[in-house]
Amino acid sequence: MNTLIFRTVAPFLTALMLLFSVFVLLRGHNEPGGGFIGGLIAASGMAVYGIARGVSAVRRALFFHPLSIAGAGLLLSTMAGLLSIFFAVPFMTGLWIYPKLFGVEVPLSSVLLFDIGVYLVVLGAITSIALALEEREVE
Amino acid sequence: MADVTALTFLALCLPLAGAVVAPFVIRVFGANGAWLLAIAPLLAFLHFLRFVPVIARGEVVAGGYVWVPSYNLSFSWFLDGLSLAFALLITGIGTLIVLYAGGYLRGHKDQGRFFSFIFLFMGAMLGVVVSDSFLMFFIFWELTSITSFLLIGFDHEREAARRAALQALVVTGGGGLFLLAGLLLLWNMSGVTQMSLLIGSGDVVRESPFYLAALILVLVGAFTKSAQFPFHFWLPNAMEAPTPVSAYLHSATMVKAGVYLLMRLNPIMGATPAWEILLPFFGGLTLVVGAALAIGQTDLKLKLAYTTVSSLGLLVLLVGFGSEYAVEAAALYLVAHSLFKGALFMVAGMIDHETGTRDITGLGGLMRAMPLTLAIALAAAFSMAGLPPFFGFLAKEEIYAALAGGDIRALTFTSITVFGNALMFAVAFVVALKPFLGRPVETLKHPHEAPVLLWLGPAILAVLGLFTAVFSSFTHAALSSPIAAAIRGGPAEIDISLAPHIGLPLALSVLTVLLGIGVYWQFTRARLLMAVLLRSAGRGPDHGFDLAVSGLVRLAGRITRFTQPGRLDIYVTCTFVCVAAILLVPPIVYGELPRLPAWPADVRFHEWAVFLIAAVGLAGVLIARDRLTAIVSLGIQGFAVSIIFLLFGAPDLSFTQFMVETLSVVILALVMTRLRLVSADRRPPGRRIFDGTLALGCGLGFTLLLMRATQMPFNDTLTAFFNTYSKSIAHGANVVNVIIVDFRGTDTLGEIAVVAVAGLAILALIRIRSGTERKLAANDPDSIEAEG
Repeated sequence: MNTLIFRTVAPFLTALMLLFSVFVLLRGHNEPGGGFIGGLIAASGMAVYGIARGVSAVRRALFFHPLSIAGAGLLLSTMAGLLSIFFAVPFMTGLWIYPKLFGVEVPLSSVLLFDIGVYLVVLGAITSIALALEEREVE
Repeated sequence: MADVTALTFLALCLPLAGAVVAPFVIRVFGANGAWLLAIAPLLAFLHFLRFVPVIARGEVVAGGYVWVPSYNLSFSWFLDGLSLAFALLITGIGTLIVLYAGGYLRGHKDQGRFFSFIFLFMGAMLGVVVSDSFLMFFIFWELTSITSFLLIGFDHEREAARRAALQALVVTGGGGLFLLAGLLLLWNMSGVTQMSLLIGSGDVVRESPFYLAALILVLVGAFTKSAQFPFHFWLPNAMEAPTPVSAYLHSATMVKAGVYLLMRLNPIMGATPAWEILLPFFGGLTLVVGAALAIGQTDLKLKLAYTTVSSLGLLVLLVGFGSEYAVEAAALYLVAHSLFKGALFMVAGMIDHETGTRDITGLGGLMRAMPLTLAIALAAAFSMAGLPPFFGFLAKEEIYAALAGGDIRALTFTSITVFGNALMFAVAFVVALKPFLGRPVETLKHPHEAPVLLWLGPAILAVLGLFTAVFSSFTHAALSSPIAAAIRGGPAEIDISLAPHIGLPLALSVLTVLLGIGVYWQFTRARLLMAVLLRSAGRGPDHGFDLAVSGLVRLAGRITRFTQPGRLDIYVTCTFVCVAAILLVPPIVYGELPRLPAWPADVRFHEWAVFLIAAVGLAGVLIARDRLTAIVSLGIQGFAVSIIFLLFGAPDLSFTQFMVETLSVVILALVMTRLRLVSADRRPPGRRIFDGTLALGCGLGFTLLLMRATQMPFNDTLTAFFNTYSKSIAHGANVVNVIIVDFRGTDTLGEIAVVAVAGLAILALIRIRSGTERKLAANDPDSIEAEG
């Protein structure tokens, strides 16, 4: 795995995969995709980067501990469900707003927040496992 | 009435609010914060006091809020004479205990926490006595067990305290489970879930075939809580708690919860042969055993604890005896006992606090140093001994009036009660008089009068014991008659007073007093005699409890060692054997095997190609020389399956499958390198054949299941629903994703919680394997090159 070509290409590949994962996440509501698949793609991207450049590089790139990312995702998803408290509707009711950004109507929703939470949980949990497995004991 | 409902709710919540603020108050004001904290129970007490005239007229105050209407659950309470009397005792004595604890634990580093626990208990206990619905009652009942656990184990650095706390929790909490079953049975028999409604359906309950079962279950709950023989042993052990706790929980309030329950159920389950045999029998037994054990102790608190056991037995006896007088006597004795026993416990605490010891043999001549304490102690002891002019006298007269009679049952219980009361008479004066008489004995601390925080509470209780008797007509109208009416389930009128009334009860009283004086006279001899008797009787239920607990631990250990031998291959084999059996056995037994499907006529070339790739991948797994090759081959098969999903119209599934396969290969490969397994498979041939058969069985099972599932007639209600509403309600065209994040979002929330927790668990497992001391290398290719 330690070839020059792989190590040179891996960062670009990871960047592309991350970009793609966000794309898949955002289109999920109307086209094939969603937070779960997005999170898996992002986790694969991180795995590629880890195999090419080592665990510490991934940890630096992530900045937060992967499990913190997963925890934040879980919190975000729960909060997205709890938003409905302020509108006196049942837990997890989808809430939508349609702000105009640069003249384009952008539908935003608590459902999207929820899906981003799913993305973060999957990314965090799987990256955490993969990184822990990649680390070796010092003999 | 709306404001009364809101105020009552507030009064019920006040102790809980006190639990929240107590640590901060104590941190700011120190022990004197007790004065401030006592306001909370005092306000609740005053609130409940306002109900006295209403209840005395025979009315009932009910109220509450709807909680979960779909389950017909409400947070509701109802106050009749019984619950009101208990509420007044809990909040009133609670106020005094808060003050007392302020002085008793002055300067203790965890005084704030102690107050939190006490207030939590107060809130729970109030909940028990006012609850209308069974569920609420049960929850508060168990909460009192839990708070009692916390309070007994308050001094958690001592092992004896921890053991006593655990024992109390196991006994009372375990009894609570019996009670739950009993309440469910009652619900089943009567169809109501509220105490107030249950009172009207006593006949239905008594005639039900499940009456006896329900009675026994409820009795176990009540007997464990109220420390009836043979569950009495936890109460003396609970004396490990600080004295305010003993005075409050383990004499005046919590241990009476069982008695409260029996009194509450008397109009519903009472007046049957079973009730009138079981209750007096166990009550009488507890009365005698408790009083006899009390004689044998030297510790002031233990002596009082055993007499509490004894008094609880007397109350149970009276509730079950079945005459109108007995019920009235129970009402009187309930109030009297709470007043004098609370005061006596606090006196014992004051003596302990001022001298440093509670041992009766090491105390004497305190009269000069602590005259006020002596006065309080004597007032309480007179009430306990049943001497005029105190409330205990009225209670005892009523008890004798109730029990005395010509038949053999009445004679038996009268003599038991006279015997028990005589012993309690002796113990009362041994505790309240003996430490003060005689020559002063050298003690750890130099004794002097206790501070006001300490003596205020017992003094008020002792004076109340006098006033309630002197103004007996007022007491009866306001308190005792409504209690008796609630226990009877009909009107009751108590009219006993201090005015002399010559008759059989007075004669029995005199006999009790004479016997009691005799025992007091020969007290040391009696104590030693009891100690010898006890030693010859062998080890009691306390030791049995230890045996039961250690037996349980050993059994659990054995079962765990059997079911979890720690070998992964055994676990995996068991799991797959079960999977194969579950999938294969039912269809074969019930003849539900799927039909063989027709061979598809138009399989395209590229579809053939994908199937071929999958087959090649599988073959690769089977013939691979080392594990890494096998893992990658398995990945090939997985990718082929993903393509099949894609070809047959499930892009989301296919997408996910691709990613899962990729990550499985990566993670499996990492695990393999980490576990440092031998690279080749070295199973013996027999094992290989077994594992191969198992694998084929599982595969075959899943194939049959899927074929069978697709051959069932397809119900498209859900498909139609999601297709119709996905766009219009949830604004999404991708039905799969809309289901995941919107229609069934709560499911997904649960699933991602599982993912996150699984991640945490796996991380922990890997870390355990690597050990905490050893450092981890970053597995950096650069560093490997540097090493290499």
